[in-house]
Amino acid sequence: MKYVDEFRQKDLAHKLSDEIKKQVDPSRTYNIMEFCGGHTHAIFRYGVQDLMPDNVNFVHGPGCPVCVLPIPRIDNAIELAENPDIILCTYGDMMRVPASKKKSLIKAKALGADIRMVYSTQDALQLARDHPHKQIVFFAIGFETTTPPTAVAIHQAQAEDLDNFTVFCNHVITPAAIQHILNSPEVRELGSVSIDAFLGPSHVSSIIGSQPYHYFAEEFQKPVVITGFEPLDVMQATLMLIEQINEGRFEVENQYKRVVTKEGNLKAQSLVSNVFEMRRKFEWRGLGDVPYSALAIREKYAKFDAEKRFTITKSTGRDVKGCECPSILRGVKIPTDCKLFGTVCTPENPQGSCMVSSEGSCAAYWSYGRFRLDKPKSLKKKKVTEKSAA
Amino acid sequence: MNKMSKRFPMRLNIRNGHVDMTHGSGGRAMAQLIEELFVKHFDNELLRQGNDQALFSGSGKRLVMSTDGHVVSPLFFPGGDIGSLSVHGTINDVAMSGAKPLYLTAGFILEEGFALADLDKIAESMAKAAKTAGVPIITGDTKVVEKGKCDGVFITTTGLGEVPDGLDISGSNAKPGDAIIVSGFMGDHGVAIMSSRENLQFETQIVSDSAALHGLIKDMVEAVPQINCLRDPTRGGLATTLNEIAQQSSVGMKLFEDDIPVRKEVSAACELLGLDVLYVANEGKLIAICPAEYADLLLQTMHKHELGKHAAKIGSVLEDDMGFITMETGFGGNRIVDWLAGEQLPRIC
Repeated sequence: MKYVDEFRQKDLAHKLSDEIKKQVDPSRTYNIMEFCGGHTHAIFRYGVQDLMPDNVNFVHGPGCPVCVLPIPRIDNAIELAENPDIILCTYGDMMRVPASKKKSLIKAKALGADIRMVYSTQDALQLARDHPHKQIVFFAIGFETTTPPTAVAIHQAQAEDLDNFTVFCNHVITPAAIQHILNSPEVRELGSVSIDAFLGPSHVSSIIGSQPYHYFAEEFQKPVVITGFEPLDVMQATLMLIEQINEGRFEVENQYKRVVTKEGNLKAQSLVSNVFEMRRKFEWRGLGDVPYSALAIREKYAKFDAEKRFTITKSTGRDVKGCECPSILRGVKIPTDCKLFGTVCTPENPQGSCMVSSEGSCAAYWSYGRFRLDKPKSLKKKKVTEKSAA
Repeated sequence: MNKMSKRFPMRLNIRNGHVDMTHGSGGRAMAQLIEELFVKHFDNELLRQGNDQALFSGSGKRLVMSTDGHVVSPLFFPGGDIGSLSVHGTINDVAMSGAKPLYLTAGFILEEGFALADLDKIAESMAKAAKTAGVPIITGDTKVVEKGKCDGVFITTTGLGEVPDGLDISGSNAKPGDAIIVSGFMGDHGVAIMSSRENLQFETQIVSDSAALHGLIKDMVEAVPQINCLRDPTRGGLATTLNEIAQQSSVGMKLFEDDIPVRKEVSAACELLGLDVLYVANEGKLIAICPAEYADLLLQTMHKHELGKHAAKIGSVLEDDMGFITMETGFGGNRIVDWLAGEQLPRIC
């Protein structure tokens, strides 16, 4: 497959692996946070960790759009879907994310709510055209990559005068979240999470460019290498980060030059700023309220804003007791630190969002089996109990 | 016993739960529904064989029976339709015991308002598939439900077959050291279905691999009667089917991604749609597991048959009572190949 196979070549992977092993300083560890779920997925799916020396660790960040949405927003979506006048359109991964009271969109659907899985905003628009007597609500989630298509849909809906199409907007902003993680006490003061460097987002950066990362590379003195989602991209970027760390540099480098420019996609940016404005704050699962980290629909497009068109009850839903998704999303814990992992929480019965999406850390740990090598803590504890009981 | 060896960490919530789409996707949710609800009520020795068909004796013969419901959407797709699929699917389930399929039955649930011209096309296609396979449809049933109560037509077929002497083929027979072989390219059916979905149409030359495999199986068991397992990787794909076998046989498996045959177009489509081809459905492919010393002979035999000419050895069975399947990736790393969680494709067979 052209343009894909080139980035998955085994011989090149081994060459890069040898080079990384040559470059690393054996007296230290390298903790590299990959912000994006896409990177997490690639690392697990292709077994990238196997090609790394023991002292290079990947810390999985919060960049999975499904994982970071807090429970109250999913409760809101279910409430909208339960309105018999509404057809709620959502991307597939959202269907199984647990909300409060053991609900989820897929369970709401089984009980009669009209919820359609769509592949793009265009599908949702088409539903609005096809069902003029129904209200079509598009459950918009995602980082900067998925925001422009939502903006296009709102423009189209206005041009066509579709008065039965609205967007429940949950679009979030990447740099704000990275900065929030770096500002968190665990990283800054307590040092309980050590992050030495970042693999920067790939698709997100194609929209926003490499510019927005310069501030925190400098402020927090952490190197960033923007990289693609293919396994060779990840390996090359890791090598670049190790070189920066060894040389004491903290720059923003762009390994993903075939897609990402410094300025990004200006047309998409202007489209987004025409339709959306910053929310003063937005709750992220795991990060809590993060200032200026999400978008709302501007007043001039209020008729397409589901939050303004429909009454939505304020939800106080909270994470399942014991679920460590919040800490996992901050990189403070790994999935096997959670006592629900693999016991009550599996991809079939997810208790937290990280177990749902293939980009979520827990699902990746479970599906691709990293946990079997990491000696889960809960297993160790169990052995101790058995011994003491004997 | 550690926590990972428990098959289903949480019991099915029969009191308050509801059927959702994951219960039909062929993955672990479905396995749990069958085990904790159906097997609980129906439990008997034959059912406990746990295969896609049940082997029993009648009139001094070793017979097998299998049944399969078909609810595919869309009804007509590149390379087939619900009619041919319903014939091939059941013939294959019968044949995966090594049996010669003898007869089929067909039950139809029709939706009020369904075009008779379409029904005629489907029946014609079923008849053609049955005739080509040499397995007649000998009885049937027809029901009609009100508009909206089903999606055009649902077809359930049942098949009866006879197992030749000297064969002992079951999902529970895989043994450490055995070779794992697939009969051809993986993922064709699932991708063909996806390409014809209303909201996802994309241009591709890929057609469904829907085919009756009993001819290929006849050649295989004649050449290598020592075959331990045969199974068709339909819903849930290669990964889920291998996990079922690993579970049933209490063994592990090691696969090599580079050795798994996948058409370029199928990998490209999977890449585009974000699917893992290991979980994409097939309707005319089989997995064969046999002692390593017979692997070459089996492959040679398969290569001579039209439906097995791209057969390949993709890995080996290992000792591991946890039933883990690992794969060396094309990239040189390792990963676990787990059951399908949730669903990749709705209603593909």
